Amino acid sequence: MATTVTINPVTRIEGHARITLHLGDDHKVHEAYFHVNEFRGFEKFCEGRLYTEMPTITPRICGICPTSHSLASAKACDAIQRLIPTPTGVLLRRLAQAGQMLASHALSFFHLSSPDLLLGFDADPASRNILGLAAKAPEIAVKGVLLRKLGQEVSERLTGKKIHVLGMVPGGMAFPLSEEDRAALLAQLPAALETCQMALGILKGYIDSHRDMVASFAMFESPYLGTVGPEGALDFYDGWLRWVDADGGVLAEVPPQRYREFIAERSMDFTYLKYPYFKPLGFEKGFYQVGPLGRVNAATRMSTPLAQAEFREFRSLNGGRPVHGAFFHHYARLIEMLYCVEELKRLLDDPGITSTDVQARGHRNALEGIGHTEAPRGTLFHHYHVDDTGVLTRVNLLIATGQNNPAMNRAVLEVAKQYVDGERITEGALNRVEHAIRCYDPCLSCSTHALGSMPIDMSLYSASGEELDRARRS
Amino acid sequence: MAALEIFVNDRKVACESGATVLQACRAAGVNLPTLCHFKGLSEVGACRLCLVELEGSPRLAAACTLHVAPNQRIRTDTERLRRYRRMTVELLFSERNHVCSVCSANGDCELQELGYAVGMDHVRFPFLNPICNLDASKSEFAIDHNRCVLCTRCVRVCAEVEGAHNWDVQGRGFLSRIVSDLNQPWAESTTCTTCGKCIDVCPVGALWPKHKAQGQFEKRPEFVSELIAKRGRGRP
Ligand code: SF4
Ligand code: FES
Repeated sequence: MATTVTINPVTRIEGHARITLHLGDDHKVHEAYFHVNEFRGFEKFCEGRLYTEMPTITPRICGICPTSHSLASAKACDAIQRLIPTPTGVLLRRLAQAGQMLASHALSFFHLSSPDLLLGFDADPASRNILGLAAKAPEIAVKGVLLRKLGQEVSERLTGKKIHVLGMVPGGMAFPLSEEDRAALLAQLPAALETCQMALGILKGYIDSHRDMVASFAMFESPYLGTVGPEGALDFYDGWLRWVDADGGVLAEVPPQRYREFIAERSMDFTYLKYPYFKPLGFEKGFYQVGPLGRVNAATRMSTPLAQAEFREFRSLNGGRPVHGAFFHHYARLIEMLYCVEELKRLLDDPGITSTDVQARGHRNALEGIGHTEAPRGTLFHHYHVDDTGVLTRVNLLIATGQNNPAMNRAVLEVAKQYVDGERITEGALNRVEHAIRCYDPCLSCSTHALGSMPIDMSLYSASGEELDRARRS
Repeated sequence: MAALEIFVNDRKVACESGATVLQACRAAGVNLPTLCHFKGLSEVGACRLCLVELEGSPRLAAACTLHVAPNQRIRTDTERLRRYRRMTVELLFSERNHVCSVCSANGDCELQELGYAVGMDHVRFPFLNPICNLDASKSEFAIDHNRCVLCTRCVRVCAEVEGAHNWDVQGRGFLSRIVSDLNQPWAESTTCTTCGKCIDVCPVGALWPKHKAQGQFEKRPEFVSELIAKRGRGRP
């Protein structure tokens, strides 16, 4: 007799999601589905608008990674104008991106994930959040909050807005950075660097003391995708797409404009998120992971010294090959967080960053443009078609969480198999399933539930539809 | 011109005969919300935001088209006027598709400012959500009818100051649309001189330089008003 266990909704991820676990006759989990029930139709709304408005429209897709959307959009506009942004424009775009990545990663680690790690998966859910963390380890919580604030301050100083960025424009940036703002940001970097190292220390300590759990937590192998710059260095802003297999062998390394030759998508009936896959390997074998783990596994090196040292230590966990397991998304995320701070320093030290030559100007010169960049959650593509007046006729957005969707389902299945036994779900098992999803830091809509205040409703049905058990928390 | 006196909110105000009540109020430091009025252009009394109460008349009057008369008694700030003004602004918002967050004029928009000024916290009327066109055919500028409030400032500045009369109004009521020449794509206009005055006078983000992003361009309405003053009142 097969039974369905529903966990609904998942707290502390962005947006609403529902998980159903399907038990087989042996009362073990056989299948797991992570449902995304939102359909926003953003691509359709954009049709009929002017392409130059897209860097302002698309950040409204999400409150966590607006910069990435604006950036991918501005790059698609560059392509439509066949325009090379000014060097300062590129520096400022990179600065905005590193700032957003820092804010997003700090949110993911300190607000959303560290309560599970520091307070324990089985701690009372009412206090297993940033406030509970603040009560137990105030210095960690405060530093985490400040780190995220610094990331947001970068975009505020660059554009005058903390979240929904203004200022990304075709050809570069709309506004220059003042000397005063540069100095104010630079002054905060030493403390930020320390916080990143502290976070890495916390995570490594956790891994040391929970070796078995970490080694088995949502453990599965897959190919990875990330953007790489010169000599395979991890790059957020620009470069080539590199897919590696589970052993680190390069499957493809191509300019992002060719993404369609390598990524195909398939609709599934249980979710509005499409299932993308690496075309050459086919649907069954081709699901790959993006985001921190995707990038750090696909790259050959990090371009900044401290992050490079961490990178080598990380990769040595699996003999230099890609490191597998959903839990290691956290680890990779923290290495990237450190890289962000080093990268901020490099950019702010560049004498060109305060130049006022921020934007190259052009007109529509192509009927199509592809913009690509690395969002906190992975590789992001904006693909626009316009008519000869610049009005959009077709818009395709390939988002990071979509690409991680197959992997998230797999992670949920692995964890559920391990922790869910019989017809009941313990609080601890429920939390671990949620945490498996949280490893991917998915953003499913614009809403933020950073305090985990959403209720969880979990039902257990028999094959005949009878409710066997129900667990709820609010 | 002869001087005369009127009473604005019981205060005696000296003005010249031939002036409008709006001019008299502004000269006396009494603020009135306006939208279709533009200093130097002819008045059309279209938006009904400058409505005032006129003693002895049961009807409200638009201050921009009402001329002063000796001992006229005007009220500019009554409960009834505040109610109507707020309603008018809400109706303007409900009539087209105003999405401030992504609009080129966000933060530099007279409609937005009016919303704040009248204390509009939501719109009580159903949104009409009309299907409106975006004409981006011209290489420099675009007109987005989603954002147009039909103030006709563009029509007047083009006809009265530039002398081109590219713009005009087609249709009636809420089906009215601003058209270029005889409703051709803007780029095909044989009258438009690409002077950009309409861009500077448009109170909202309906007309804007195509390649400027939100926050990247500033309208210069004073520039047009100064130009009109230097030239003497616009052409017939
Ligand atoms: S386009 Fe602008 S100036 Fe012209 S009528 Fe509409 S709102 Fe007024
Ligand atoms: S300003 Fe008087 S009616 Fe518009």
